[in-house]
Amino acid sequence: MFTGFDFDVIARSLPYMGQGMLFSLGLTFLSMLGGIFLGTVLALMRLARFKVLNVPAGGYVNLLRSTPLILVIFWFYFLVPLALKKISGDPYAQGIGPFYSALIAFTMFEAAYYCEIIRAGIQSVPRGQVHAAYALGLTYGQAMMKVILPQAFRNMVPILLTQGIILFQDTSLVYVVGLTDFMGAASKVAQRDGRLVELYLFAALIYFLFCFSASYFVKWLQARYHVGR
Amino acid sequence: MIEIKNISKWYGAFRVLTDCTTKVDKSEVVVVCGPSGSGKSTLIKCVNGLEPFQQGDIFVDGISVAAKGTNLPKLRSRIGMVFQNFELFPHMNVTDNITLAQIKVLGRSQEEAREKAHALLKRVGLSEQAPKYPGQLSGGQQQRVAIARALAMDPIAMLFDEPTSALDPEMINEVLDVMVELAQEGMTMMVVTHEMGFARKVAHRVVFMDEGRIVEDAAKEDFFGKPRSERAVQFLSKILHH
Repeated sequence: MFTGFDFDVIARSLPYMGQGMLFSLGLTFLSMLGGIFLGTVLALMRLARFKVLNVPAGGYVNLLRSTPLILVIFWFYFLVPLALKKISGDPYAQGIGPFYSALIAFTMFEAAYYCEIIRAGIQSVPRGQVHAAYALGLTYGQAMMKVILPQAFRNMVPILLTQGIILFQDTSLVYVVGLTDFMGAASKVAQRDGRLVELYLFAALIYFLFCFSASYFVKWLQARYHVGR
Repeated sequence: MIEIKNISKWYGAFRVLTDCTTKVDKSEVVVVCGPSGSGKSTLIKCVNGLEPFQQGDIFVDGISVAAKGTNLPKLRSRIGMVFQNFELFPHMNVTDNITLAQIKVLGRSQEEAREKAHALLKRVGLSEQAPKYPGQLSGGQQQRVAIARALAMDPIAMLFDEPTSALDPEMINEVLDVMVELAQEGMTMMVVTHEMGFARKVAHRVVFMDEGRIVEDAAKEDFFGKPRSERAVQFLSKILHH
């Protein structure tokens, strides 16, 4: 069985793919952090009474949610240097490099999705809690930070993490700007050594293990949380 | 202390409050009652500006609730409010529930706020519960914590919005006892409730509402002795004969 297959190629290129995996995880983590932060700001804007806040935020979210991620990555990689040249007037101005373009693209793209999750989370906190916070004399900001957002985020943790898992899979798209994530590393080894089947099988297995255990963790969190409630 | 002057409020085209006028003097206890949907809860939430209103004005200690320049958070911090569903913050333990606003709004030190919290918990008979979370307490205990939380701000008046409606019958008295004690100490109180026993015991005046209007505003003895409106007579006969 498996004659003609060479699974040893995996062992030999493990350190290289490990680096790719670290890159994938790092990019996922950073864009999640950035996305949740920006998403919270967007959610508060969308929920605001004032048109100057909620209309632009709504437009942003709708625009990014109806755009393919790969296109957003391209925009940042190719358009930001052009814009920089235009703004600075320096024809040799450099872009911000593939890593930062990818990071910004992912953050801004994910923020649109996180915004909608967080908006629903904030709305899931009962109105009476808002009233109780205001009745004690807390300001809007204090009520948000101390009373509403902590409860909203507690309700949202599972779905925020699930979105993180999707993001982790999406980071494989960075190959389009020449970055090497885990998928990119596996792909390069596969092409170099002509071992497509072995490496793509291995890549699939690793993605499955990471994502499955992460979803399992989310389920565990959910169960634990509901018991404590 | 609290002056409600010609308040009217609409939800879209629907008029929920019509020209309501009443007042609560210092150290006075006013009970607001009426059938459900009569606007009592809406009216009491107008007093500290939780519900906006379109006409009229309310003055608390001489300060207008409706005026644009009024610092509402500051005004609210001087009026305690207790809600039907307690509304303790579920992610904080009992002590933190009581110290949060003391620290954030009044600028008290952590220590000072904790001392105050423990003194008030002792007063409502819940010293043991300080480290627990609201979810671990019974409804009656939660409501007593909510009263302690409001009192911690040293309010000049207290608003109660159906404080016993969500409670099991055997827990109603432990909450009413705390409220009776407060009333007897001379706290200025506006209380939306169906507990006519409480009204008879400590109220000075009773305000009866129906369909968004104040139908009757009378001294307790007059309200229970010889209600003037047909609606109040009906309401009393329904609520007292079960």
